Amino acid sequence: MNHFSGSVLFLDRSDINTDEIIPAKYLTEISKEALKPYLLEDLALEGFDPAHDIANRRVIVTRANFGCGSSREHAPWALEVNDIRMVIAESFARIFRQNMFNCGMLAIELPSEEIDRILDEFAGKKATIEADLEKGVLHVSSEGKTAEIGFSISDFDRALVKAGGWLEFADEKY
Amino acid sequence: MAGKTIAEKIFDAHHADNPAGDIHVISLDAVFCHEITTPVAINDLAAKGKDRVFDSDKIMAVIDHVTPAKDSKTALQGKILREWARRHNLKNFFDVGRNGVCHALFPEKGFVRPGYTIIMGDSHTCTHGAFGAFAAGVGTTDLAVGILKGVCAFRYPKSMKIIINGDLPDGVFAKDLILHIIGKIGVNGATDRVIEFAGPVVEKMSMESRMTLCNMAVEAGATSGICYPDETTVEYLWRFISDQYPSKEDALADYRSWLPDPDAEYDKIIEIDASALAPLVTFGYRPDNVKPVSEMEGTPVDQVYIGSCTNGRMEDLRAAAGVLMGKRISDSVRGVVSPATPGIFNQAMEEGILKTFMDAGFCVTNPTCGACLGMSCGVIAEGEVCASTTNRNFNGRMGKGGMVHLMSPATAAATALAGCITNSNLYKG
Ligand code: SF4
Repeated sequence: MNHFSGSVLFLDRSDINTDEIIPAKYLTEISKEALKPYLLEDLALEGFDPAHDIANRRVIVTRANFGCGSSREHAPWALEVNDIRMVIAESFARIFRQNMFNCGMLAIELPSEEIDRILDEFAGKKATIEADLEKGVLHVSSEGKTAEIGFSISDFDRALVKAGGWLEFADEKY
Repeated sequence: MAGKTIAEKIFDAHHADNPAGDIHVISLDAVFCHEITTPVAINDLAAKGKDRVFDSDKIMAVIDHVTPAKDSKTALQGKILREWARRHNLKNFFDVGRNGVCHALFPEKGFVRPGYTIIMGDSHTCTHGAFGAFAAGVGTTDLAVGILKGVCAFRYPKSMKIIINGDLPDGVFAKDLILHIIGKIGVNGATDRVIEFAGPVVEKMSMESRMTLCNMAVEAGATSGICYPDETTVEYLWRFISDQYPSKEDALADYRSWLPDPDAEYDKIIEIDASALAPLVTFGYRPDNVKPVSEMEGTPVDQVYIGSCTNGRMEDLRAAAGVLMGKRISDSVRGVVSPATPGIFNQAMEEGILKTFMDAGFCVTNPTCGACLGMSCGVIAEGEVCASTTNRNFNGRMGKGGMVHLMSPATAAATALAGCITNSNLYKG
């Protein structure tokens, strides 16, 4: 199974849509790898600079309705090719969340209080998060500070992550 | 046991598996494809040694988002789709000259029927719910599995019902109604839900208006919007189904079997009085930021765009042309109209509507998504404002740094005449 952990990119905003994650003009690309330089290029978030803020990040923590808008799977692919395989949010747009699990990646929903807590305590610092899929626990840590936060995903989503994605799962089963 | 909603009936009739919890895998009656999201699925399947299709008669494909191709990259996307369609003998592949906006073209070809299950790698697939089908937008991986296996996984659908009472006032259209609904319930108001649109206003609506209504269900987060199949549905479909049913009554009786049971359970039931509505327009970058046109009156616009899967059909062009007839658009505005399919283009030509648009100073483009997603045929510049009949006003949607105000075709036409957002009623008569 994939390992989900690493340095966190905090995007303290709700309703980040797929046009912001990967602008429509790159939908003409026919390989996932080609999307790599353009992740979050048009994100409207004060102080955020995609040229500097994305490198070496492995996890995104954000607020509500992440991935709304166009159904483009280019959005999770743009994350994937930048090695960001886990997004933690208060909520996701349905298609985006499905796309994440379909690609064998993790989209974890937490109550707003938990998101508030992570952002309050860790945003602006160098933080890492590790997901323990079996136990359903997120380990958050930064310079001396740690937190454990429980999460749940459905058995089906867990099965997709284990299989490496929906295509692999479905081709074996149906 | 409680009765079933329309979506539950469709799911149960298409049940293939229940791999976990409330996840249901359903068999698909149709898989729709376009050149933006399908090529990666095609390449992915090929790379995994699975370049197959589950049923070449149930897969329909069109090049519509950027057509004719605008550069080498979009040409390559078309080429991949075209060669794949040929390789697998898809008889329903629509290339330049026969292509149009997917959600307008496929219903027009008779590919959508009550009770059908349909997926497409496109968020506005919910449009087809107008026929009493379960139609949902999916990502490319779901699409790849649909192409390969003819199945898709969904959560067993919860439904909400929106009952629309009263009568739409003059100058108020299905577009205003759906904008009102999105404004009322919010961009998340129907997330993970199917919306059943019911009530006298929907019953009186044409199939075209129902498609406009269902088209934007996704803007409230809905998986699909569904209207109940009725006489209007049968009438629209009759030329495609007349060899399957002895009479229209028989077709209707068959289609009625999909109607929700009287004791079906809904997550929420909302009632709306359409008589109280005024023409609406969005402001800002979210489709639930909605105001009456009267409150936005005078906002200058640089471009007016009429078209798309929301409002590029005959009824929409007629409504806009009715406002434009014999007038000239403001010198400060560029007008662009894209009839959504060749069939609509032809009909609009025959009715003199294209001439009305051109005489008014509009540029008439070929059927394409084009400007709707900021790809071609009317992309706006940074800082520009577009009054548009499309469905999305996200930041940068029609061009980086541009602002989009969504509205009905009649309001858009009135706005083109005035050069600023204006109530279409001002231009009546
Ligand atoms: S017209 Fe616009 S919303 Fe409709 S399918 Fe095309 S790009 Fe999508």
